[in-house]
Amino acid sequence: MTPEKLDWRTPRPWLAALLIGGLLLVPTISSWLGQSFYLSFATRIVIYALAATGLNLILGYGGLVSLGGSLFVGVGAYAVGISAFHGLTNGWAQLGIALVITLVIAVGCGLVSLRTRGIGFIMITLAFGQMFYFLTVSLKQYGGDDGLPVEQRSVFNPLPALDSKVALYYLALAVLLVVMYATWRLVHSRFGYVLRGFQSNERRMLAAGYPRLRYQLTAFVLSALVCALAGVLLANLTSFTSPSYLSWQASGELLLMVVLGGMGTVIGPVLGAVVLLVLEESLSGITQHWMIVLGPVILVVALVSKQGLWGAVLQWKAREHTAAAPPPSASSVPVATEGTA
Amino acid sequence: MVWTLFFSQVLNGIQLGMLLFLLAAGLTLVFGIMNFVNLSHGSFYMMGAYFAAATLARTDSFLLAGLAGVVGAMALAWVIERVALRRLYSHDHLNQVLATLGLIMFFNELVRMIWGSQPLFTAPPSWASGNFAFGDIGYPSYRLLIIGAGAAVAVGSYLLIHRTRIGMLVRASSTHADMVAALGVNARLLNTALFSVGAGLAALAGWLVGPIVSVQSGMGDTVLILALVVIVIGGIGSIRGAFYASLAVGLVDTMGRAYMPQILRGFLDRNVADAAGPALASMLIYLFMAAILAAKPDGLFPVKR
Amino acid sequence: MSFLSITGLVKRFGGLVATDRFHLELPKGELHALIGPNGAGKTTLMGQITGELAPSEGDIRLDGQSILGWDAPRRALAGIARSYQITQLLKGFSVLENVQMMVQARQGHSFRFWGPVGRQGDIVQPAMEALDHMGLAHRAHGDVMALAHGEHRQLELAMALAMKPRLLLLDEPLAGMSQAESATMIDLLKRLKGHYTILLVEHDMQAVFSLADRISVLVYGRAIACDTPSGIQRDEDVRRAYLGDE
Repeated sequence: MTPEKLDWRTPRPWLAALLIGGLLLVPTISSWLGQSFYLSFATRIVIYALAATGLNLILGYGGLVSLGGSLFVGVGAYAVGISAFHGLTNGWAQLGIALVITLVIAVGCGLVSLRTRGIGFIMITLAFGQMFYFLTVSLKQYGGDDGLPVEQRSVFNPLPALDSKVALYYLALAVLLVVMYATWRLVHSRFGYVLRGFQSNERRMLAAGYPRLRYQLTAFVLSALVCALAGVLLANLTSFTSPSYLSWQASGELLLMVVLGGMGTVIGPVLGAVVLLVLEESLSGITQHWMIVLGPVILVVALVSKQGLWGAVLQWKAREHTAAAPPPSASSVPVATEGTA
Repeated sequence: MVWTLFFSQVLNGIQLGMLLFLLAAGLTLVFGIMNFVNLSHGSFYMMGAYFAAATLARTDSFLLAGLAGVVGAMALAWVIERVALRRLYSHDHLNQVLATLGLIMFFNELVRMIWGSQPLFTAPPSWASGNFAFGDIGYPSYRLLIIGAGAAVAVGSYLLIHRTRIGMLVRASSTHADMVAALGVNARLLNTALFSVGAGLAALAGWLVGPIVSVQSGMGDTVLILALVVIVIGGIGSIRGAFYASLAVGLVDTMGRAYMPQILRGFLDRNVADAAGPALASMLIYLFMAAILAAKPDGLFPVKR
Repeated sequence: MSFLSITGLVKRFGGLVATDRFHLELPKGELHALIGPNGAGKTTLMGQITGELAPSEGDIRLDGQSILGWDAPRRALAGIARSYQITQLLKGFSVLENVQMMVQARQGHSFRFWGPVGRQGDIVQPAMEALDHMGLAHRAHGDVMALAHGEHRQLELAMALAMKPRLLLLDEPLAGMSQAESATMIDLLKRLKGHYTILLVEHDMQAVFSLADRISVLVYGRAIACDTPSGIQRDEDVRRAYLGDE
């Protein structure tokens, strides 16, 4: 779990700092290598890391398995796309539109979805995601299935123009770092405790006097807003928006990033995004049929993953520092049957 | 003429409902009894369609194709359940979602590698092509065959579940799985069998649907989502719920797509109606699902644990 | 007027009647014990008071007000706290955090997203005090799953008390405890008497008879007797149904 204070005597903050430092240096390395592809690729990683961080809020800390993450990424992207189509290129205005629409949709979907638990919740978020996917496909005037090119990138005065790849990268990275920090603070705040409490033992929390819906709905909305942010940036990266951004496959990918990297940690989703996208990129370079490899890889990850990669790294390091305590299992505990009395 | 169209759309809706039922029946049992989120169900539908199409191409026998499709998919399901999936029953739903997503990816790519990206051709059997006459109105015989098959499975599953010992075990497992295991029933075998039968039903649907849709990679994905909507509406774990919900969803979707633009034209500008019509139609079943869930969060026929 | 008033409470699970026209008038400050053989419906009864189960019939009144239809969180905030027969702790948190969570619920809303709870005295102080009273202060920062079974039961009680309840429902607080641990717990419970209205479900007869002001005996969901401890000891029905089998 995410520690409240950074203990620089342990390896954990150092490894995290290493990762962040690496991300900060990417433009330098990329220009040194002379390949602008790396910069675009890194920007893509950072944007997905942002979306995964958003999803982690309800998934890793809230225990809510949502397959609707890509829905809100898509809302952000289309907010940019459709605005630009109609000549509105002011980034702040586009951002405002994206966040308001996300708020409305998240509250609506959240209210319906959060009335169910477990499998039902997963299915409903998936179904809502699909609903909006089909909506975007049917928007023929905005490209429909083929997608919508974004002719001009968002203008975020007074920030530098996003036509510069470096500027876009640093903007995305800045947003990611701010959101990561905010997540870290949130997890240890009152709200964070309540959210994590419900993940741990809902019955106990209800008996303590916490109404469930309002807190989980708030988390759901916050998560959606972060994903929408990622969507806004994504549309600027690719100069394109398309229904595929809202596909359930995209939601699945986000889910995988969070689990792979390590749920319930701040660094986990970022690490997951890095590893997954690098893996996909390398595999697709080797074979056209890379999905036949990635599929079973995902299956294996699902079978063995307990704490994700970040957890595995920490465990390995922890063995060198303290007497290793067995890590809490991430798999679900069977329901305690009520004793008859 | 209007009534002919209406009549065929109703039948189309029922036909879609029957196909959805074939998929939903197995899916809801796996979800309900094994508490297992099986997103790869659509892959067995697809594999059934592919096995059937490939067999048809070789043997020219529709029925043999069906046999190959169903048996092939069931065997595949049996192996996968035993080797990989059964380890996931005690895991988080999250891991189950990921694992089965991985399987979808694998199968979608597999069929592309073996059979290519182009859709595979199949045709209805000669004895079921052509139209069946309801008085003046004609309706494709093949689609009636599908409706018949679905109804037969519905009746068969009802009889199986309510009139046989196996069915009793299945019903008992859906509410008290551990108790059934404690009574000495081989729960693991029951689970594998259940999973396999579910896949078989999905493959049956895949075989039947071959002639009327494209048999290609990814065909299971959209239909899976529809099946999920069906079981959420019907109530997870309930076959009865799956049956009624399948019919409802089949009819709502078909009639919605057919009549939405017209309905909208009633109170919107024609251009707007024609543009918004298809959009609203494709969203319709999800809105329908949301409406049902707002009133009954556990579906129409929730299975009480 | 009774503080807790239960009238004609019935709970059916399909064909099974778990609670069969149960009546109870609990005055403020009384420690009322609920005893009966396994399967008598004691935990089911508790669940209906806390709001986790909805009764099929009957009424429950707290301080004169009907709480039927109130959900569990609302009842908790109204002052009903419960300790569980099967320990219900917040895994993944420390001992102190478990208690803090109970305190936090009564300190206004939790829509605060920035300030760490660890630095909020109005939550940490009362939590530490509650742990201190239970003698668990030295375990405050340890993981909650590292506690011994007896300490878990103590923590359950600490958490219930941290909610500043008016009605305390204790579901077998002594379950699984050694002689020494039980003695400590009984002592604690003695100190609670009079300060809280308590409904105690217990199998440990020594504890029950030394603590209770009155006792209800529950058999198959029905109260077959409700009297002072000495009255219960003399009751023929009770002897036959329960104490005789001990």
